[in-house]
Amino acid sequence: MAKKYRSKSRVEKASNTAIYAFLIALSIIWLFPFFFLILQSLRGEAGATTNYFFPKIITFDNYIKLFTDTSLFNFPKWYLNTLIVSVAVTVIQSVIVLITSYALSRLRFKMRKPLMNLILILGMFPGFMSMTAVYFVLKEIGLTQNLFGLILVYTASSAMQYYICKGYFDTIPKSLDEAARIDGANRHTVFLKIILPLAKPIIIYGILTAFIAPWGEYMFSSLLMLGDYDKFNVALGLKLMLHRENVSQYFTRFCAGAVCVSIPITALFIWLQKYYVEGITGGSVKG
Amino acid sequence: MVSLEYLKMSPLKKFLYNFLSLIKKIPLAIWSLLRQIPKAFTMLFNGVSGVFKTVASAAVQGDYKTKISLFIMGFGQLFRGQILRGIIYLIFQAVFVFYMLFFGWKYLAKIGSLGEVAMVKVWDDNLGIYTYQYYDNSLLILLYSLLTVCFIIAFLYAWYQSVKQSYIAQQLLELNIPLKTAKDDLKSYANEKYHKTLLSVPVLGLSVFTIFPIIFMVFIAFTNYDAMHSPPKELFSWVGLQNFANLLGGGVTADAAKFAFTFREVLIWTVIWAIFSTFSNYILGMLVAILINKKGIKFKKLWRTVLVFTIAVPQFVSLMLTSQMLKDTGIINHLLQSLGIISSPLPFLTNGVWAKVVIIVVNVWIGIPYTMLICTGILLNIPADLYESAKIDGAGPIRAYFKITLPYMLHVTAPYLISQFIANLNNFNVIFLLTGGAPDALRLQYAGETDLLITWLYKLTFNMGDYKTASVISIFTFIIVAVISLILYNRSNAVKNEEIFM
Repeated sequence: MAKKYRSKSRVEKASNTAIYAFLIALSIIWLFPFFFLILQSLRGEAGATTNYFFPKIITFDNYIKLFTDTSLFNFPKWYLNTLIVSVAVTVIQSVIVLITSYALSRLRFKMRKPLMNLILILGMFPGFMSMTAVYFVLKEIGLTQNLFGLILVYTASSAMQYYICKGYFDTIPKSLDEAARIDGANRHTVFLKIILPLAKPIIIYGILTAFIAPWGEYMFSSLLMLGDYDKFNVALGLKLMLHRENVSQYFTRFCAGAVCVSIPITALFIWLQKYYVEGITGGSVKG
Repeated sequence: MVSLEYLKMSPLKKFLYNFLSLIKKIPLAIWSLLRQIPKAFTMLFNGVSGVFKTVASAAVQGDYKTKISLFIMGFGQLFRGQILRGIIYLIFQAVFVFYMLFFGWKYLAKIGSLGEVAMVKVWDDNLGIYTYQYYDNSLLILLYSLLTVCFIIAFLYAWYQSVKQSYIAQQLLELNIPLKTAKDDLKSYANEKYHKTLLSVPVLGLSVFTIFPIIFMVFIAFTNYDAMHSPPKELFSWVGLQNFANLLGGGVTADAAKFAFTFREVLIWTVIWAIFSTFSNYILGMLVAILINKKGIKFKKLWRTVLVFTIAVPQFVSLMLTSQMLKDTGIINHLLQSLGIISSPLPFLTNGVWAKVVIIVVNVWIGIPYTMLICTGILLNIPADLYESAKIDGAGPIRAYFKITLPYMLHVTAPYLISQFIANLNNFNVIFLLTGGAPDALRLQYAGETDLLITWLYKLTFNMGDYKTASVISIFTFIIVAVISLILYNRSNAVKNEEIFM
C-alpha cells in the first residue's frame, strides 16, 4: 500500500514539474512580444530591425520625439482624438445598451420578440456593408472627417450589443420590481432606483469594453477619416508609421506610441479585471 | 434501441453519424424556413385587410370630424380636446406634404432610370474655359428615393393611426367615456408605454445607421455602381441579377470568371480559418485553464495575470507588432539566423501557406487568454463527485477529460463557441493588421492569399471603388453566416434539451 502511494506521488511530482515547465514556457512566449516592444521603444539605434535582441543604446528619445516632433505624425492629437471619441462612446453606448436591455428584459410589449429577432439578423450582415452607405449619408450631411461623425457611427447601433446586459438583468429577481410597483413606483423609477444599482458589475463591464473598443478600431475610422491626418485615431496613426516608406525611420517611435497607448488601457483592464471576467462569463455562457 | 446502437459505435463512427445527421438537417431547416413564408403572407394579408376594414368603417360610420381626419390628420383629435396629439399629427402631415412637393418626388420620379444626364461640358465665355455642370446623381437619386419611400410608409402608418384614434375617440364619446388628456398621454410614457420612451433612440439609431444602409446596399447589388460608373461624373443603372451571376461563375468575360474563382477561393479560406481559429483557441485555451486549475499547481493567480496581460494590451498593438516581428527581416528571423538554426529567413508572411498557418498560430496567441478566462469559471463548477466516481471506476485523467470535462464544457459553452465562430468569419482586425491579406496572389482578383471575405470586401470598396461587387459579396456573406448560425443554434438547442448535466 505505502509503496503504491509513494509511486503515485512521484508521478504527481513529475507531472507537476512538466506543467510548471509548460506554464513558464507559455508565459515567456506570451510576454516576449511586449518585452520586445518596450525594449524597442527605448532603442537609440535607427532602423526597422536590429540583428540583436537587446538594444545597445537606451534612450527616451523616441518618447520625447513622439510628443514634440509632430510635423509629420501628430501623435498627441491622435491620442486626444481617440480619448475624446472613446469617452463619448462610453457614455452614449452605456446609456443605450442599458435602456435597451432593460426594455427587452423587463417590459413586455408586442414588438419585443420581433425586435430581438431583427437585431439577431442584422448582426449577421458584415459590419462593413452598411458602412459604405453610412459614409454616403454622412458625406451628404457633411459629417465625414469629423469626430462627431465617428462617434455617431460607433454608437448609433449600440442597441445590437444588448445580449450580455440583458442576460444580467434577467437574473435580477422580478419580485423586486413588483414590490416597488405595489409601493407606487412607476416603471421609470424602478429602472433608475432598483435595477441600475443592482447592475453595477455589468455596467462596469460595459464601460470597460466601450472605452477600450475605439482605441483599436481601424475599419470604420480609416474610411471616415480618409485624407485628414489630424482626425486620425491612434490605430490609424500607428499603422501609418509602419508603412513601407516610414517603417525604417519610425519603427522605434511606433513602439513608443504603442507603449503609450497600452499603459492606460492595460492599467484600467487589470484594475477592473474582476468585472470583465464576470461579464464575459456571465453574459456569453448560459448553462 | 437507437440510442443503444449509438452508444455501441466507435468514436469515429459516432462523429460520422453526428456529421451526417447535421448535413441531413440542412434541407429540413431550409424547408421549415420556407414553410414560414405562406404563414407570413396570411398574417400580412390579415393585417392589411384589418387596416382597410377600420378605415372603411371610419369613412362610412364616422361623424364629420372623423371623416375630415381622413384628409387632415389630427383634425378629429383637435376638435375632441386632444390638442397635443392633434398638433403633432398636423405638423407631421405638413412636413410630409412639404417634403414630397419640394424634394421627394423629384428623386422618386427618376428611380426607374437612375438619371438621364450626369454631366455636361459647357463652354464658359467669361472665363474662357470648359466648365462642368452636374445634373443627375444616381447615388443621390437612389438614396433619397429610398428615404422618400421610408417616409411614405411612415406617413401611411401615422395616417392610419390618426384615423383609427379619431374613430375610437368618437365611439368612446358616444359611450360617455372621457378621453385621455395630454397629461395622461405623457404619464403613460413612464408606465405602460415606457418601452417606447426607452427604445425610441436606440431603434432610431439602428434604423438610420444599420437598417437603412443595409437596404441601400442591397439595392446597389442590382446596379453597375463601380469605379467606371461613379457619380457625379457618370451615372449607374440597374443591371438586374448580373452581379450575382458574375460572382457565381455565370459571367461571360474573363474578368467575371476570375472574380468567380476568387470568390470561391476566398470563401473556402474564410471557412477554414473560422473553423481552425475557433477550435484551436477553444481546445488550447481550455487545456491551459485545466493545467492552471490543477490541484497542487501554485501561483495560479500569477499565471492567469500573465495571460490576461495580453488581453489588456490593445489588440491592434499586438497585431501590428507581431506583423513586424515576423517579417522576412524581422527580429524572429534575425534571432533564428544569428543562433544558427536557419540559414535563410523563413517566409512567415510572404508564403501563402506559411502565412495562413502563422495567422492561425498568432490568433491562438491572442485568443487563448479569453478562452482561459471563460473556462476557468466553468471548470470550477463541474461537480467534483463526477471525477471521484470516474476515478473509482478506474478512468485515467485523459479518459475523464474526454468523458466528463469536454462534454460538460461543450454543453455549457455552446452559445459562446457559436458566436465566436461567427465573429471569426468576419474577423477583420487579425487579418488586416497582421498581413493585410498579403502575400498577393496573381490568380486572385484584388485579393491576397490570406484575405477573408470581409477584408476582400474592404479592399474592393476602399481601393477599387467596386461597390456593386462588394454589395453582392456582403449579401453572400450574410447568407452563409445566417445558414451556419441557424444550423448551429438548432443543434445546440438539441443538445440542451437532453439536459445531460442538469
